[in-house]
Amino acid sequence: MILVLAVIGALLVGAFLLVIAGANPIVAYRAMLVGPFSSRYGLTETLVKTTPLLLVALGIIIAFRSGILNIGAEGQMMIGALCGTAFALAFPNLHGAILLPATILVSFLGGAFWGGIPGWLKAKLNVNEILSTIMLNSIAWQLMIYFLRGPMIDPKERSYGTGVPQTQQLPHQVWLGRLLPRTRLHWGIIIAIGLAVLVYIFLWRTSLGYKMRAVGAQKEAARYAGMPVERLLVLAMALSGGFAGMAGMIEVLGIHHRLMDGISAGYGFSGIVAALFGQLHPLGAIPASFLFGALMLGADMMQRAVAIPAAIVFTIQGLVVLFVVGTDIFIRRPDFAQRLFRRRRPAARKEGA
Amino acid sequence: MIDLITSLLAITMRAGASLVYATVGEIYTERSGILNLGLEGMMLMGAVSSFAVAYYTGSLVLAVLMAMLVGGLLALTHAFLTVTMRANQVVSGLSITLFGSGLASFLGQRLGPAENSHYLVGLVGPKFTPIAVPGLSQLPLVGPIFNQDPLTYILYLLVPAAWFYLYKTRAGLELRAVGENPRTADAMGVDVVKVRYLYTTIGGMLTGLGGAHLSLAYTPGWSENITGGRGWIVIALVIFAMWNPARAVLGALLFGGINAVQFRLQAAGTNIPAAYLNMLPYLTTIVVLVAMTWWEALSKRIGAPAALGKPYMREEK
Repeated sequence: MILVLAVIGALLVGAFLLVIAGANPIVAYRAMLVGPFSSRYGLTETLVKTTPLLLVALGIIIAFRSGILNIGAEGQMMIGALCGTAFALAFPNLHGAILLPATILVSFLGGAFWGGIPGWLKAKLNVNEILSTIMLNSIAWQLMIYFLRGPMIDPKERSYGTGVPQTQQLPHQVWLGRLLPRTRLHWGIIIAIGLAVLVYIFLWRTSLGYKMRAVGAQKEAARYAGMPVERLLVLAMALSGGFAGMAGMIEVLGIHHRLMDGISAGYGFSGIVAALFGQLHPLGAIPASFLFGALMLGADMMQRAVAIPAAIVFTIQGLVVLFVVGTDIFIRRPDFAQRLFRRRRPAARKEGA
Repeated sequence: MIDLITSLLAITMRAGASLVYATVGEIYTERSGILNLGLEGMMLMGAVSSFAVAYYTGSLVLAVLMAMLVGGLLALTHAFLTVTMRANQVVSGLSITLFGSGLASFLGQRLGPAENSHYLVGLVGPKFTPIAVPGLSQLPLVGPIFNQDPLTYILYLLVPAAWFYLYKTRAGLELRAVGENPRTADAMGVDVVKVRYLYTTIGGMLTGLGGAHLSLAYTPGWSENITGGRGWIVIALVIFAMWNPARAVLGALLFGGINAVQFRLQAAGTNIPAAYLNMLPYLTTIVVLVAMTWWEALSKRIGAPAALGKPYMREEK
């Protein structure tokens, strides 16, 4: 209920912005809220956006549950996709049944490596992981751009002299199949939902997952109980990065079929929001990712309907989060509203005395 | 050689000024016990709003005031969410950045004049230009110190004043007390909530001003992501400065210096790919953080406010 009110509040402020921008907020919001659910195109595109969001969110959940904040999914997506793409391009003659899983595995390892660095820095040197992951995002982007402009650029781009920073197309046998004809919906969504169930089983039904959550809940108690806290932190960050890496690669395999600049498209940040929205639960992340996928697509549609800059997507998303964060206390502590008012009473009593 | 060092110092100082503003601002915020990760969004908003105001009114003073207002308002939102609504400071700060950078980018594509299809990118507006102090600015090596834009000159006063206020006045003592131990400060009669609101907002105003320096002086004009992650680097610089405003200058000089070296190398046309040069500030930030934790391990304490990031609830316990 409060969540709904928070979203409505955010949309009202957003409407104010739309009016300033000279757009009709009713037309805009109808496009945004109805668009994603009212057509075959809308629904499948929402699912297309759900896929990377969910994969990123799963990684975020593993990290957050282990008590380490991973803000570096953007960079991990890029490095994962970079490694996977390089691998698939290096072995174009392998059979799809080998090449596809191997490519995804390589992207997982690439993301895991990139996520493992801040994990190691945190565990061994106590370096703040928020800052190190954000710095690694910028470094990852520079690295990817370097490879896309230099060693890995599509030879056609070089010979035409256009120089668009992208690789050549991946071999066909590694593309993810489409679930529905004439849509972009691909197998990635099935993989993502399957992995959500696996992450749930991992975190709540295996002893390793239990240990990770113990580190997240009470680090010192976990250490006292003899758990290898440092190793678990690095592992959590590596797994977290691995999921982001896969998110990047599956985006390449399912949609673009080549690596290009802008592959992460803000999914790395929106995935964090989706994870928080899903109460940091792998199964809760499924509807949350769907919701944010719809929000992202809806904002795209809105932008086309009333011709306003695409950046409104992140503005409204930021507003939604701000409102949810601001009202979260009412959910965590139902008595908080009363407290807010009760606090004034002692002062009033003093006046009376 | 002397000419080279002199010109490096000139670029260093120009590149470092915005960092000093934001670092001093965040030091004040964190000293009150509030961690504000919204700096990147606030700097971007400061940059875009001040440029728009300067472009339309022609007044640099109004532009700077606008940046401070916008930065202050965003920081006030953060204070409201974290102090009154007791939201998680990390999540609140991140969402301020998400919102601020989204809105800044949106405004940059909307506030411009119709003939530029409403874009602010590519417009030329009024800007702060360096004012040379006669004589002094001609000195070798230190000359650039006396050939800066007005916003940088203000820093020569602001930094010592910020240091003096924090360590030598009663209000500064109260601020530090709130960040170290809010319960004791409360018992001393300090209004913890008021102090946190006040200094978070002041921090935001200074951060907005830092953003204004980018779009009005350092790289005049508006471009997407004009901050290039400076809002995040500043949070590392606060640790580097050990929460002391006077030391904020050192970190800003270090990072300004890296910018200057980047500039020089790129201008000189080295065969190091630009991408690697562009990574330097981010790599350095990580190195700085590692160095600071080593330093902390050696001397036990680098001065982080003990209550940083923890909400204070008066009614409980």
